[in-house]
Amino acid sequence: MAELKKIATRESYGNALVELGKEHDDLIVLDADLAGATKTGIFKKAFPDRHIDCGIAEGNMMGIAAGLAAAGMVPFASSFAMFAAGRAFEQVRNSIGYPHLNVKIGATHAGISVGEDGASHQCCEDIALMRTIPGMTVIVPSDDVEAKAAVKAAYEMQGPVYLRFGRLAAPVINDRPDYHFEIGKGILLREGTDLTIIATGLEVGYALEAADRLAADGIHAEVINIHTIKPLDEELVLASAKKTGKVVTVEEHSIIGGLGSAVADVLSEKLPTPVHKIGVRDTFGESGPAVELLKKYELDGDGVYKQIREWLQ
Amino acid sequence: MTNQELKKIANQVRKDIVTALHSAKSGHPGGSLGAADIFTYLYFEEMKIDPKNPRDPDRDRFVLSKGHTAPGLYSALAERGYFPREDLLTLRHVGSYLQGHPNMNETPGVDMSTGSLGQGVSAAVGMALAAKLKNKDYRVYTLLGDGEIEEGQVWEAAMFAGNHALDNLVVIVDNNNLQIDGTIEEVNSPYPIDEKFKAFKFHVINVADGNDFDQLRAAFKEAREVKGQPVAIIAKTVKGKGVSFMENQVGWHGKAPNDEEYKIAMADLEKEA
Repeated sequence: MAELKKIATRESYGNALVELGKEHDDLIVLDADLAGATKTGIFKKAFPDRHIDCGIAEGNMMGIAAGLAAAGMVPFASSFAMFAAGRAFEQVRNSIGYPHLNVKIGATHAGISVGEDGASHQCCEDIALMRTIPGMTVIVPSDDVEAKAAVKAAYEMQGPVYLRFGRLAAPVINDRPDYHFEIGKGILLREGTDLTIIATGLEVGYALEAADRLAADGIHAEVINIHTIKPLDEELVLASAKKTGKVVTVEEHSIIGGLGSAVADVLSEKLPTPVHKIGVRDTFGESGPAVELLKKYELDGDGVYKQIREWLQ
Repeated sequence: MTNQELKKIANQVRKDIVTALHSAKSGHPGGSLGAADIFTYLYFEEMKIDPKNPRDPDRDRFVLSKGHTAPGLYSALAERGYFPREDLLTLRHVGSYLQGHPNMNETPGVDMSTGSLGQGVSAAVGMALAAKLKNKDYRVYTLLGDGEIEEGQVWEAAMFAGNHALDNLVVIVDNNNLQIDGTIEEVNSPYPIDEKFKAFKFHVINVADGNDFDQLRAAFKEAREVKGQPVAIIAKTVKGKGVSFMENQVGWHGKAPNDEEYKIAMADLEKEA
């Protein structure tokens, strides 16, 4: 595989906000003292009057976002996933989710690929938390192209959206003319017959890598990119599971409550199929360079490949 | 409106509260009755609103941060003409648009869904900020409980409002001195409330009797004249005001009157009228 260009999806978030900001006066960006890290600083530079720093007070930031939305603006409330989905969970649930207000939550630094900061900042529970809120759309883009498209689509839809971005530079895998992003529509990246690999976010690239390795072993994996965890593209999941009869899910998130659970929910009810969930195995992360952590937790291409081989045996 | 007219409306609001709660067989009478005069003043004298156009983008807004006193808000809204008074009897019933705590998508006139304490004030701050960003001159009012201000989020919101000089925001603290587990001093005292808001760059107005329309009128008038600062009105009120056996009784924070108690309560309110 040729060396791909790499960009962190948080960077894409900041850039996409600037593009949207040029066209839409009602777009307001909120941050909680992390503008440099969440990359909303890029927006701040372009539109200083529409970037509001709420300070280190995420619960209040979500409430302010709710009030802005109730008054007709479109706020993007930004912080690390740990604080946006974790600390401010109840504000998101009660002040944004329950009134179904038009707030977009930009959560960066999700998963263990946060790296050196360690477990306190490595949120592997946010998908689980956010997808239980009625009416919340949950999107986990896999690369720069998808992240920018997701931010635009989130702006264009009415209602609350949780956008999950990463800190680590991710290979650009969707830079092709026929790429099309639609909320709630998964993308079939590779056809196969022996098993289906359903991946999200950073893990989509690694799932493709694992599929290459499997192909060399004579195992033909179908690969699906599920960028929208909620609403889940059930049709695509069911069709592929019916075809291959085996499903592996891959995510940089706890195997409890995330993509794997969402897929298992659908399959167990509508088409019982063996499912193997690859992700963070009910444990906290730790400090270390992101790439080394992904290797240790078997969430890089090699790790995903090995876990699938083991499961198939 | 004269004080006499306002008093008459507040008395009807109190009857509505007690009647709605009696019908619901649950709910929060103490705070609703105690703040009835504040609700009345806001909806009949202070706020620029139109019951026929409850979503007018230029209207003044009210956020009931202490959402459990929804019966007080609903009764004021009904009296003001947002919906029929009879509908108050559906409070807390299955399928009713009058939920136990306010829901902005169900109830005409409700500007924000609230109920989880400490959160409404942040939304009010967001609405006030939106007015500044959009150069609109509407004002935003929010009512907080004195127990509610034990929530840290209230002070996050206050810090932001003070730093952003949101002079279109009026925070009213319903200082009835009681919360579920006892007096606010016994539980976890937020006093001195006025000094705290001053420290957060608010213009503070102390109201010795928040059940008195002269004093409320003076406070809201003063609030309108403040420039460059948000305003906090600390209003001392009597929890359960107007119903003899509920006044200043912590036990009447969150339970409905039975048939007998309902009769006595209505007789008390009738006498006052």
